[in-house]
Amino acid sequence: MPGIDIDAPGSVQLLLGNEAIARGALEAGIGFAAAYPGTPSSEILETLARVSKKMNFHAEWSTNEMVAVEAAAGASFAGIPAISPMKQNGINVVSDFLVNIGMTGIGKGGLVVVVGDDPSAISSSNEQDSRWICKWMDMPLLEPSTAQEAKDMVKWAFELSRELDIVAIVRETTRLAHTRSNVKLGELPKIEKKAYFPDTWDICKPSKSKFTAGPFGILHYQLQQRLAKAPAIFETSPFNYYVGPDKPELLIITSGICRLYSGEAVERLGLQGRVGIFKLGTSWPLPEKLVEKQLSRTNKVLFVEEINPFIEGSVMELAASLPANKPHIDFYGKRTGHMTLFGEQNTDLVTDAIAKLTGTTYQPRDAKYDSELKEAAKMVPPRSINFCPGCPERAAYWAIKDALTLDGRNGFATGDIGCYSMGFGAGGFYQERAMHCMGAGIGVANGLGNLKQFGFTQPVIAMAGDSTFYHACIPALINGVYNQANFILVVFDNSATAMTGFQPHPGVGVSATGAPAPVVNMEALCRSLGAKVEVCDPFALKSTTQTLVRLLADEEPGAKVVIMRRVCELVRGRREVAPYKMHIDPDKCIGDACGCNRLCIRLFGCPGLMWDKEAGKAKIDEAQCTGCGVCSDICPQGAIIKEATKL
Amino acid sequence: MKTLTKEPLNVIIGGIGGQGNVLMAFLVGSALLNKGYTTGVGDTYGTSQRGGPVASHVRISKKTQYSPLISSGHADVIVALEPVEALRLIYQFGNPKTVVITNTRPLYPPDVSSGKATYPEMDKLFQAIGKFSAKAILVNATDEALKMGGSIYTNIIMVGALVGADLLPLDRDSVVEVLADRFHGAVLDKNTKALDKGIELVRQ
Repeated sequence: MPGIDIDAPGSVQLLLGNEAIARGALEAGIGFAAAYPGTPSSEILETLARVSKKMNFHAEWSTNEMVAVEAAAGASFAGIPAISPMKQNGINVVSDFLVNIGMTGIGKGGLVVVVGDDPSAISSSNEQDSRWICKWMDMPLLEPSTAQEAKDMVKWAFELSRELDIVAIVRETTRLAHTRSNVKLGELPKIEKKAYFPDTWDICKPSKSKFTAGPFGILHYQLQQRLAKAPAIFETSPFNYYVGPDKPELLIITSGICRLYSGEAVERLGLQGRVGIFKLGTSWPLPEKLVEKQLSRTNKVLFVEEINPFIEGSVMELAASLPANKPHIDFYGKRTGHMTLFGEQNTDLVTDAIAKLTGTTYQPRDAKYDSELKEAAKMVPPRSINFCPGCPERAAYWAIKDALTLDGRNGFATGDIGCYSMGFGAGGFYQERAMHCMGAGIGVANGLGNLKQFGFTQPVIAMAGDSTFYHACIPALINGVYNQANFILVVFDNSATAMTGFQPHPGVGVSATGAPAPVVNMEALCRSLGAKVEVCDPFALKSTTQTLVRLLADEEPGAKVVIMRRVCELVRGRREVAPYKMHIDPDKCIGDACGCNRLCIRLFGCPGLMWDKEAGKAKIDEAQCTGCGVCSDICPQGAIIKEATKL
Repeated sequence: MKTLTKEPLNVIIGGIGGQGNVLMAFLVGSALLNKGYTTGVGDTYGTSQRGGPVASHVRISKKTQYSPLISSGHADVIVALEPVEALRLIYQFGNPKTVVITNTRPLYPPDVSSGKATYPEMDKLFQAIGKFSAKAILVNATDEALKMGGSIYTNIIMVGALVGADLLPLDRDSVVEVLADRFHGAVLDKNTKALDKGIELVRQ
């Protein structure tokens, strides 16, 4: 497959939505791209970073989304087009800066922020609808429906951003981000870019020359005036269109990926002659004249969109201000329960809503087949998610569980998002009792660790991944030292941003482009803050547990840090052969006579271990075992044997 | 088969996170794109990336872009990398006309290993897969892959099985072409052999 930088206008490639967004940025001639990884947006910067050297632009994994957008804004101030993609949580991290850059404008470069929302929270801890930030902070909103549109829209978003002197927001959702489809490429511009920070002060156009938010209240007014130019531009945008009969019985108003669900549902019900679809690509501010024109087609409207009733509310607000002599329109959507208020949309949900509103029926499968299949499917066992075979975090959680048990004061762990968030379940032995946004584990521990005067004696272990540590833990750790909060911060240092696809971070010595980079030394940083720091290998279960037990008993107040360092197995496995060849000694494993009640499988739960029903003993699943050797240390009989691999 | 028999043709490629369904769908989608079809390949990512059930939805059309997800009961072809996952996918996406191609090697979920759940008896499982599909093609892909040097070849053998079953407007050479875009030298040879092995297994 050719690279994303292929100079072949008109050729068709099979691109992920995220790759299409990256291509759109290249076709817009970007000079700067900065992001923090987060599903579903990560592939945008990964794709850009791969070609950044060749195409002479800067690409970086920033320490967090706020730094990323601020860095991108710096580039835009100096006249360099810049993009910053992120997942929905990122928009919260950067919101403080976004509200301020609205006041100053973005300079001459152009600044586009792409936000990937995750309906149904498939890879998230929430299903926030990020579109609200556009109303909140006066920014224009674009919502692509296909990968092709994503590419074209991102390119156009730069023009819009420059024209309005405003941050343009492009909102994608997981399905668009992670679907490959045909994309026809456009031209790559060949313009020399020159960075220069404008230093002329023009009292009439302060936002053009000086990037200081405030002290003028007039800056907010000017922002509103700039945004007010958007609807006129949107009125004729090809990203908004209508398909269907001139006077449909039902008008669907939709955006994003829901455009495809709506089209398919109408086709499936054979209602092309009765139901029309108005697709909005420029969702905020509304192109009011165009929306009014579409509303005049019908007296029955159904809204189909991902997550919140955002367009639904905007259009109903507009309808409420229409002259009283206009015919009455009935509006249906999330507000009326015809569409769901939570969870991802799909063709079936849209089909049901249309069927209900048009009095048609739809039966997907023969009833007898359906009921018999339902019965047969009962034999399908659940398949819960788990840490990978050989994952250092399973070992780390085992040590935490043992240490807290030995400590005996009903201690617990608080955490955040990352692979280790699975610690709330069986995979992490139910040790994680609080899980919120990045850095929340240590933040919450700052409160729990200062409740001694209320008789609180439970030990608190705050957990963070290595990438999270750099992203969101440092101010909270300083707080813990300064305010003498009692907790242990455990950093699961697996030398990668593992959950989102092994992106590098400031601790690994590699940049986004793969070039060598300075290492920000985690333990030296923590020590410099005044925290006690221990570094251990989670695969050394015994000594890691001992370290934790000792620190739990340490009565000196203040935050302590344990760095559990062991590279992610998926990274190691690509570079090296397995360190051990594992087998079960059939004489030592005495099966159900042991009394351990299948500890290795039932509790430790590595997928590389299985139960041999016929032999009544544990067994290594060679298709899954990665030869880490940790399970040999948990078997009470010493029946799991590790043999060092001969190199 | 050299042409598309249905508009759109809906293919689900599923298994367990880490087994390689994403690459399979990418190869099939790329080969179809080269043949001039409009394809959509929707993947599931994220927390199900390791150990959980995953599926890629491939939608093949001569005329338009369809939505990324195949609706309940609308799969024309299901390719499964694990047999219990085949039945899980039939339950959600199957209909009496669906053709199922499944790897026969079970991978036990943690709940089965720990005794909290049971894995069905293989006879009963294959019987159910056969009963609720128009045709069930069983492929011993993992064992063949292990013979070739590692379970890593399982997914390419299954792509071969899909090509060999002649359900898509695809031929061997069009898949070899996209394999060659991605792999080179000895790795390409090995994957081409895996593809041919898959074709051979269903044509025996």
